[in-house]
Amino acid sequence: MTTQPYLKLDHIDKTFTRGNATTEVLKDINLTIEKGQYVSIIGHSGCGKSTLLNIVAGLTNATQGGVLLENREVNSPGPDRAVVFQNHSLLPWLTVYENVKLGVDKVFSSTKTRAERDAWVMHNLNLVQMAHAKDKRPAEISGGMKQRVGIARALAMEPKVLLLDEPFGALDALTRAHLQDSVMALHQKLGNTILMITHDVDEAVLLSDRIVMMTNGPSARIGEVLEVPLPRPRKRLELATNASYLKCRQRVLEFLYERHRFVEAA
Amino acid sequence: MSMPAMKSEAAVAAPAASAPAEIVTMTPKRAPVAEKYLKMAKDAAVRVIPPLIVLALLLLFWELVCRRAGSALPPPSRVFKETKELIFDPFFDRGGIDKGLFWHLSASLQRVAFGFSLAAVAGVALGTLVGQSVWAMRGLDPLFQVLRTIPPLAWLPLSLAAFRDGQPSAIFVIFITSVWPIIINTAVGIRNIPQDYRNVAAVVQLNPLEFFGKIMVPAAAPYIFTGLRIGIGLSWLAIVAAEMLIGGVGIGFFIWDAWNSSHISEIILALFYVGIIGFLLDRMIAIVGKFVTRGTAAN
Ligand SMILES: Nc1ncnc2c1ncn2[C@@H]1O[C@H](COP(=O)(O)OP(=O)(O)OP(=O)(O)O)[C@@H](O)[C@H]1O
Ligand SMILES: [Mg+2]
Repeated sequence: MTTQPYLKLDHIDKTFTRGNATTEVLKDINLTIEKGQYVSIIGHSGCGKSTLLNIVAGLTNATQGGVLLENREVNSPGPDRAVVFQNHSLLPWLTVYENVKLGVDKVFSSTKTRAERDAWVMHNLNLVQMAHAKDKRPAEISGGMKQRVGIARALAMEPKVLLLDEPFGALDALTRAHLQDSVMALHQKLGNTILMITHDVDEAVLLSDRIVMMTNGPSARIGEVLEVPLPRPRKRLELATNASYLKCRQRVLEFLYERHRFVEAA
Repeated sequence: MSMPAMKSEAAVAAPAASAPAEIVTMTPKRAPVAEKYLKMAKDAAVRVIPPLIVLALLLLFWELVCRRAGSALPPPSRVFKETKELIFDPFFDRGGIDKGLFWHLSASLQRVAFGFSLAAVAGVALGTLVGQSVWAMRGLDPLFQVLRTIPPLAWLPLSLAAFRDGQPSAIFVIFITSVWPIIINTAVGIRNIPQDYRNVAAVVQLNPLEFFGKIMVPAAAPYIFTGLRIGIGLSWLAIVAAEMLIGGVGIGFFIWDAWNSSHISEIILALFYVGIIGFLLDRMIAIVGKFVTRGTAAN
């Protein structure tokens, strides 16, 4: 396996300034991600995970340092780094189909015909098993379904990197497990490069190739990076008793709850 | 935040729950149709009867007060007797301004339609500018706040001087009266577009025109329609006053003319029509708004 960096976060600092009050949120973040890798970022609430993801997405600019994708600097948002937002962010006045189509029409305006784009939208809705609800509006489908459509919208743009900001955070445990399995299957099938933010230790270990653990803010840094040496495809039930799974889990828990305990009130 | 989630769960759960029960209820379902109509009739009655009673009482009161000899205003019975011709033949046209009420009302409505359409287009455009750009807001907002307090009729002499004709002046007065609430509400709507939607647009890389059509207008539609509703109400208020001054065919001048010839009953009839049409205009915008914003409002 060649280990050429695909996505590179290079010495990123981020300081927010309001008036003359400045808060340093991120301090010297360095990270390289290889093509096809699934990397999770875990850390306590408010440490700057979303800020970091938004910098990679181009929605926020870093104060220092930058993001390189295939050795080219990126500093504005684009469909090559599609985001699945924490609260789905589907446009409520569009149907499920139209929400996915919005991105497809822009990205493939010159490379696909109308019929091909339509087929591509349906293909991606099928990938997340949402084709049956294509004419429903977001208000008419459940939270888990909305998140599926959000994933389909991002996948349909054929991004180089898929960015997930706590994609399952707002879901109940059963739906969450179901969606985690779906995302795992999609990653297996399509080989996307994925950067995911999560709060959930089990989710991080189950899904990731590497887990990036962030220290508490302000001035959050990368505290530790853990490789997860579990072979794929991974089965949730089998892993429950797997020794290296439990060891990874233990490492992350120790990091979060012993060495970097969350002190301030959330 | 948990509200929409709960709502959508209920929406999904409902058909699932009713599916097995459907077979059972199939046969008896047809019988209660009559019952359903009865219920609808009852609902309608509940809404229609109370205002009718109040109206009847008011008419009675008015009749009793004004029936005395030497009263300044005619009682409803006399109003009806004196305006029967106008009520039953609204379409006559004897040239000049001697026309049926239909022609007066339609002339006024045309002016409102014209002025209000201009105001809607300009108001949404300017409101978008002010809502989207901080500098446009800093530059224009103080100006708007001052201009919007000028009473509609105060614009009339100025516009008569500028246009040298009654018709465009009246339309201008409508425009200038109704444009402010549209601008202000649109700007608030644009400013309130959630950052999430802007992020989606940025990731998809919509150009400014697509962003306007696909994100801004639908997201701000509830606010825009609030502005349009206030605007059409103000237009209708202003047109009657403006027409009194510019003359010609129109319900405003009809009222003024009736006053000059001491036809008090005709004034009362005209007021009745003005009220009804103002109400209908408001309902019309509300219904269009409800239809257009059904997606946004559902969230
Ligand atoms: N626009 C902003 N202006 C000023 N401070 C900000 C801004 N956005 C974020 N912050 C601050 O940056 C810090 C990190 O915020 P961020 O949203 O990235 O946290 P997070 O790790 O994603 O938290 P959570 O897990 O709760 O989503 C917070 O302390 C927050 O107050
Ligand atoms: Mg966050």
